[in-house]
This record gives sequence, C-alpha cells and structure tokens, in this order.
Amino acid sequence: MGEIRIQNVWKYFGKAKVPALKDVTLTIQDREFMVLLGPSGCGKTTLLRCIAGLEYPERGRIFIGGRDVTDEPPRKRTIAMVFQSYAVFPHLTVFENIAFGLRMQKRPNEEVKQRVIKAADLMRIGAYLERYPAQLSGGQRQRVAVARGLVMEPQVLLMDEPLSNLDALLRLQARAELKRLLQEVQTTTVYVTHDQIEALSMGDRIAVMENGAIIQADIPSQVYEHPSSHFVGGFIGTPPMNFMRGTISRTNGTAALAVGNQFIHAALPANAPAGQELLMGIRAENIEASLQPVPDAIPGQVLVVEPLGSHLLLTVEVGETPLKVQTRVDFAVQPNQTVYLRLDPKQLRWFDPETGLRYEPEPSPL
Amino acid sequence: MSAKTGTINPPRSTVDVPPLNTAANKPTLAKTLGRLGLYVAAIAISMFFLCPIYLITISAFSPQKEIFAYPKALIPQSLTAETVLFFWNATGVQASLVNSVIVGTLTVIFALLVGAPAGYSLARFIFRGRDSYKLLILTTRAFPIVILSIPLAVNYISWNMYDTLWGVAFAHTAMALPTTILVTASIFIGVPRELEEAAQTLGCNRALAFIKVAMPLALPGLAAAAIFTFALSWNETFAATILTQRNRTLPALILSQIADVGAPLPYRFAAGFFLIAPSLLFIFIMRRYLFGMWGQVVK
Amino acid sequence: MATPQVTGDALASNMLAPPAANRSFARSRERALPFLLLVPSALFLVIFFAVPMVQALILSIHSPDGAWTLQYFERMVRDVNFTDAVRNTFLIILVAIPLQFLFAIVMGLLLQNKLRGSSLFLYFWAIPLAVSDLAAGLVWLAIFGDRGFVNSFLRTTGIAPIAFSWLSYENYGTLLMAVVIAEVWRATAIVMVIVVAGLQLIPPDYMEAAEVFGASRWQRIWHVQLPLIRPSLQVALILRTILAFQVFAVVIALAGRAMPVLASEAYNRYGELNPNGAAAYAFLILTISLITTIVYLIVLRTSEEEMGQ
Repeated sequence: MGEIRIQNVWKYFGKAKVPALKDVTLTIQDREFMVLLGPSGCGKTTLLRCIAGLEYPERGRIFIGGRDVTDEPPRKRTIAMVFQSYAVFPHLTVFENIAFGLRMQKRPNEEVKQRVIKAADLMRIGAYLERYPAQLSGGQRQRVAVARGLVMEPQVLLMDEPLSNLDALLRLQARAELKRLLQEVQTTTVYVTHDQIEALSMGDRIAVMENGAIIQADIPSQVYEHPSSHFVGGFIGTPPMNFMRGTISRTNGTAALAVGNQFIHAALPANAPAGQELLMGIRAENIEASLQPVPDAIPGQVLVVEPLGSHLLLTVEVGETPLKVQTRVDFAVQPNQTVYLRLDPKQLRWFDPETGLRYEPEPSPL
Repeated sequence: MSAKTGTINPPRSTVDVPPLNTAANKPTLAKTLGRLGLYVAAIAISMFFLCPIYLITISAFSPQKEIFAYPKALIPQSLTAETVLFFWNATGVQASLVNSVIVGTLTVIFALLVGAPAGYSLARFIFRGRDSYKLLILTTRAFPIVILSIPLAVNYISWNMYDTLWGVAFAHTAMALPTTILVTASIFIGVPRELEEAAQTLGCNRALAFIKVAMPLALPGLAAAAIFTFALSWNETFAATILTQRNRTLPALILSQIADVGAPLPYRFAAGFFLIAPSLLFIFIMRRYLFGMWGQVVK
Repeated sequence: MATPQVTGDALASNMLAPPAANRSFARSRERALPFLLLVPSALFLVIFFAVPMVQALILSIHSPDGAWTLQYFERMVRDVNFTDAVRNTFLIILVAIPLQFLFAIVMGLLLQNKLRGSSLFLYFWAIPLAVSDLAAGLVWLAIFGDRGFVNSFLRTTGIAPIAFSWLSYENYGTLLMAVVIAEVWRATAIVMVIVVAGLQLIPPDYMEAAEVFGASRWQRIWHVQLPLIRPSLQVALILRTILAFQVFAVVIALAGRAMPVLASEAYNRYGELNPNGAAAYAFLILTISLITTIVYLIVLRTSEEEMGQ
C-alpha cells in the first residue's frame, strides 16, 4: 500500500524566520497521482524532499504505507525519486544507472538484468543500455532517471519537476508519455511542478502551495473552477482569473456590485450584507463580449487584441481594472473600441478582499 | 532562395546564390601583423621560461670539466651522466631522495585524510559557522608559514619528533592544509549534490553514496590535489631544513650543502636538475586543474 | 480513484498548536555530521598552526631562563646584517612584484586571444609553479655564475671578453637584478594563473557589448577587463607579497651570504642555535606581512556595489 500521510509537518531552514513548511497536512491515497503546484520558493520541493527523507521536518510526522518513516533515511522508505537535473550518474552506463538500486539490494545478476531490460524497454531506451549519460540527449537522460526509479517497483514515486529541463516541444510529448506510463504502472506518485498546465493535465489531484502551506488540495477541475483563494485563481489558468474589487449595494431590492461608479448586476453570494467589500473573480472564457449593448453587460474599452490562433484574447479596461476576455477569432474589434461584457453569473467566484480566501457568507438564518 | 517576404516563391531552375562575403573574413595586413605579434610575444615568453630549464639540463649532463670550462657553448659538446652520477653518489643524496618521497607521500595522505572531509563538509552542508570557518582558513594564508618552523622545532624536541620524517610531514601538512581544504571543497562542489541524494534514495547510506558516487567523480580532482600537495612538500626547503638534522629531505640536504659547506658547482647544477625534473611532470599532470589548484580566489 | 478532499483541512489545522519538535538519535548525528567532518582539520590547524604562531611570539620575548625580555629584538636590530636584510627584502619585493604583475597580465591577456597552441603556452608558463625557490636559484646560478651562460655568451659573441661577476657582493646592482629575474621567473606563474582565472570569469557579453559600443582593443582591456579582475589582482598581490617576505632559498642559492634577507637571517640565527633570535626575525616577518595585508586591503578596497554583487 502506497498511501502517504503527512501530518502537521513544519520545516525551518537555518536562521530564516519564515518556515519553509508551515503545518502541512495532506493525505495522498494509494495509486494516486498528486501534483504539488506552486511558484518557486513555495515549499513544494521541500515537501517532496521531506517525503523522500532528504530533508528532516522539525515537527510533524510522515507515514508511507501506514508506517511512520519520519526518522528513517531515504533508503528505508521504499520510495524512488526523479530529480530535476535527473541526477543520472555520469560515471555509469545506462544499464548500471538503472541497475544501481537493485545492486544495492544485492539482487542476483540474472534478476537485475531482466528487470533493467524490462524497465528500459518500458521507457524506450533499451537501445542505449551500454552508453554513458554524456552520450544521451536530455530527453533520453530523463527517461533513464524515470526507469531507474521504476525498476525499484517503489511504493511511492517522487518526481521533482522532471520535465522542466526539456525544451518546449519535447516537454509536451514527454508529458503525455509520462501520464500514460504512470497510469500503466499505478504507483503512488508525488509530482512537483510550477507549471500549472502540467498540473492540470496530469494530476489526479493538485495541492496548491503558497508560502510553505497547502492552500487547496483538490481535483484539477475543482482547483480550476473553484479556486479556494485569490492566489490560486491568479496562479492557475492561462490567462489567470480576472479579479474586480467592489462593494455590495442593495437598492430597491436589486443587488449589485459597485466597482468605482459602475454597477455590475450579477448573481451575488446570498446573504452578503450591503456595504460588504468583495473581490469578484471570473475567468476569461466566462466573459462574453459583444459590440452592441446587451442587458446586464458592462461597457469597457479594448486595450489590446491578441490573436492566439484558436481564439482572440482581449484586454478590456472596465473602470480602472483590466480584464482578460476570450472571444471567437472572427470577433471584429479594434483597440480603443468600446465592447460590452456579459459575465456568466454561474461562473462568478467571490473572495474576501482582505484574506484573499473564498468568501463564504454566514449561513442564512432560515 | 528565401521566403522572407511571405509570398510563395515558385521553384526556379536557376537559383541566384549571392556571392560569398569574403571581405569581412579576409584578414587585413594590420590584423595579420597584430596576430603575428601576439605569437612572437607568446614564444618570447615561453623562451624566457624554458631556456633556464634547458640550460640547467645541459649543465647537469655536461662532463664536470666542461662545467668549469669557459666560455661554455649553448649547445653541449658532449652529453654524459658523469655530473648527475657525481651528485647521485654524493653523501646523503639517495637517502634524502627517499626521505623526500616518504615525506611527500605522508603529507599527501595526511592532508587528504584531514583536509578532504573538511572540504566535503564546506561543499555539501550549510551550517552555522561555515562561512567563518572558510574565512579562518583563508586568513591562515596571510600568515607566513616560515615562522611555524622555529617553534615547531622546539616542540618536536620535547615530543621526540625532531629530525623525524613524521615531523616534517606534519609541518608540510599544516602548510598544505588550508589549500587542500579549499581545493577539495571546490572539487566536491563540482559533484552535484543531487547525485548523492539519488544514490541515497536508491538504497545507499550516506557513506556508501559518497563512496559509490562522489568519490569516483571527484577522483581526478583529488588526484590533482594530491600531486599539488606532493609538489608543495617536494619543494619546501625552510621547514625541512630547520626540522631535521640527519634525516634531510632532498631540498634540505642541498640547501645545507650549499649554505653551510659550499658544495661545488657540478653538485649544484645536478641538484637543480633533480629538483626541477619532477615539476615538469607535476604541471603536465595537473595542467587541466591549474586554476582549481592555484587560481583559488576569494569569492 | 481520487475523491475531493476537504480543501480547508490544511487551513483549519493552522489554528492548532504546532506538534512537538522531532528528535531522534540518527537525525542528531546527521545534524552533527558537518561539524564532525571539520574536527580533524580544526584540531590539526590548532596544533600545527595556531599554537606555533603563539609560541613564535613567546619565543621571541621570553628567554630560556624564564624572563620576559625584548633583548632578542634589540639584538636583532643591532645586528650588522639587519638593515641590509630589511633593505634587500623590500627592494626585491618592490622591483620583482610589479614586474611579476606586468608579465602575468600580459600573459593572461595573450592566452585570451585563442592562439594556436595556447594550451602548450600555458603549460610552459605554468612550469615554475612547481619549481622550488631553491631550484630556481640554482637554475639562475648556472646562468649568472662567473663561468655561467651569460658570460659565455658575451665572450663568444665578443661583446664583453672579460667575465663579469654578476653575483658578487661588489656588484650589488647586478646581484639584485639576478635575484629579481629569478623571482620573476619563479613566481609570475601563480599571478598569471589567478589573472587567467579572473579573466575567464568575465562573461563574454561584456566584451562584446564594449565592442558594439565602439571600444578598441586597448580600451576594452583598460576599461573592461582590468577593472573586472581587480579583486583577483588584489588577492594575488596579497598572496605574492606575503610569500615574497619569506624569500630565502633563491637568495642563498644565488648569492650565498652576500645578500642577507629577513628569512635567511632567521635561518642563520637558528643555525647558530639561537631559536629565540630566529623567532624574533620570524615575528618581524609576520608583523610586516600582516601590516602589508591590512594596508593593501584598505588602499585597494573594492566596494561590493562596484563589483555589482
């Protein structure tokens, strides 16, 4: 069983006042593909290294397969790890690189050979077994690193940005291949990345980290559609979620969000009291732009028009706030033109402007 | 044929290839002369460094009477091992050569045994006091090591280590240690930490990960560091002279013969040759590590 | 396979008091490892470096009968050779070191020109790195000796038929010149290596940028390369000066006792079974070295901002 349980883990580095990990609690289920996502310095790699046993958490416990491994060195954790730099041993052939862990376990030669060849074939590097890493391309080295981990049949496979050193085209290809492979081997995987597209496309679940804490751990669609905070919405998605800050006004029975001197009539969170300041979030694809005024639409001025092949991306200024708006390619618009934006009421998300967290109003006293 | 304009160029049977741009590549006279000047300078400097080695070599291989002959020819009239053999068979030379090799080897062993762990620690770990220790080691270079020898000689007499090869080796280790620590640190920095971590996740403990991964990769650098240390010990004269009486190393013996006894010229020239010959080899082996060994500069 | 977790669980637990700190034997050993690895070197440097340094000081101001005294320093200053030794040491340094730096910079810049065979040039120029000062002295003795190659050459070519005593006490100027040439020959290599290491650290962009903005070859050297290797030059200067105060065997090999220097006086005192007198000289060398280092550091200070760090 490859379940990973992380309980209230704290990690400090040196004399730094801010902890690298701040009370992280997370359970990764057996066979789950969990992505740790966040900007650099958010603690995602530190968390991965704590699971690997390469860093030691000052507080909290880590369980792998139900066993408390907090005090165990990496070699006793039944894990395998793929490093960002691949860490393929330059003085060993591809074969010996993949065989390294098995050799440490003193497996019989015949078994080593069999398993290495199987892993190498799985990663399609069977033809390079006698080569040295210096003779391989970056993509091939990355495969060696993955094969070296898989051959151990670990309970848990840890990957630290394994695709970040590949060039863009190769990365796309490797991403799909890695996903297929990991579905095949069904090993519990923890995958660190700062690339939100990688996270969305590969993970069973995504744990978004910020400043050493997990702020949302959920399936990709939830993280994308229902970000738990301003930060998550702004970090995930291309373009990131749009935000507008306003105040709730209730006059004559109609509720609206007052942004500057504009009123956005939209489905406000129920029970939000008048005068409450809120941060409204909406994604570019949930805004409909038209050249003629339509009911409930807010006017804005087009700043930039970016044709992106499959669609146009507009930057529209509403009041003082620039909004990203996605339209069809044939939407004929020029900069400085006025467009009318209709926000999909079902896709509005609300955040507390002070904490940035999702706004959850007091339950209505029914 | 280019498609720069974006219009589709129909295939043509004759392709207009613009002529090769030769003007830019063609060296002007001034450039050629300048380049030539650089070579002349480089060769002149090389002569300055090589000529003395050539001259001491032909002196060492000239017959003794030719050494005293005057004027001498720049190209030797006859080559003979007579002078070298005269030196070789002089009292104490063979024993001191053996001593030099023993002291050098001991120094290499001590310096690496004591210095490499420290270098590894400075390279791999971030810990409180790391920078201070590094600075401390750097400042030891600001102390003239000559002055170590005199109190050490006094100590050695009371420790019964005076006139022993161990004593000289310890003194040489103390002189080499700061450099050994900094050089091994830079060697271990060159071995990515992730490699050792990968070995740890694959079933090695720390020590085994070091032996299986860091050691083989650091080996060429460590070998160069060893030769560096050996060269330092081989060449060290002052401490070796002060700390020994009968168990001289080669430079100590030669120096005392010159300073105290006034050894004859053939002895001196052959001695000079004996001291220099290994340096050609040392530098040849280390040439790729020169900057790591001697170029160490404070960050 | 995966079910949505309560997204707020990490946030909620923030409110709780942190769990107790982890402790385990294996982990504290791990934490001690970097220090344990330093212990042997620290011990060694204390026994064979720090303690002798202090002892040198004590030896120089403490007589064998147990009294604190300045007699060794007084005797040192009154010694017939003292003034000569100080003057000679400083003269050698003042003449040799600027020449070494001039040569080293020229050599370093030459190597930057990607000459054919530059690795061979580098090898030739670096050989003296592994040559002892004693050997260097003996080599130049073969050249400047009375029956040496210089005199032979002058005679053969008919320039000067009568042999000239380059290394004699009476010809102080040529003796000094011979010592300086030997020092330049022996010790330029280390400066060159430091200069080359410094030059290699300069990103090629800087030189290309300077070229694009119209700097000539000389302007690039003067305004880009030299300022950027200033820290390297400073280190090399300190290192070279400290080593030069200890110059000893090269002088003995070339001049015998005709040219006393500080380190050779220390050697002679010791040879006269006067370790206290030797320690006084040693201590003088230490003091001068430290003062020079401090003066260099103050005079040549490069501010961190200036180096763009």
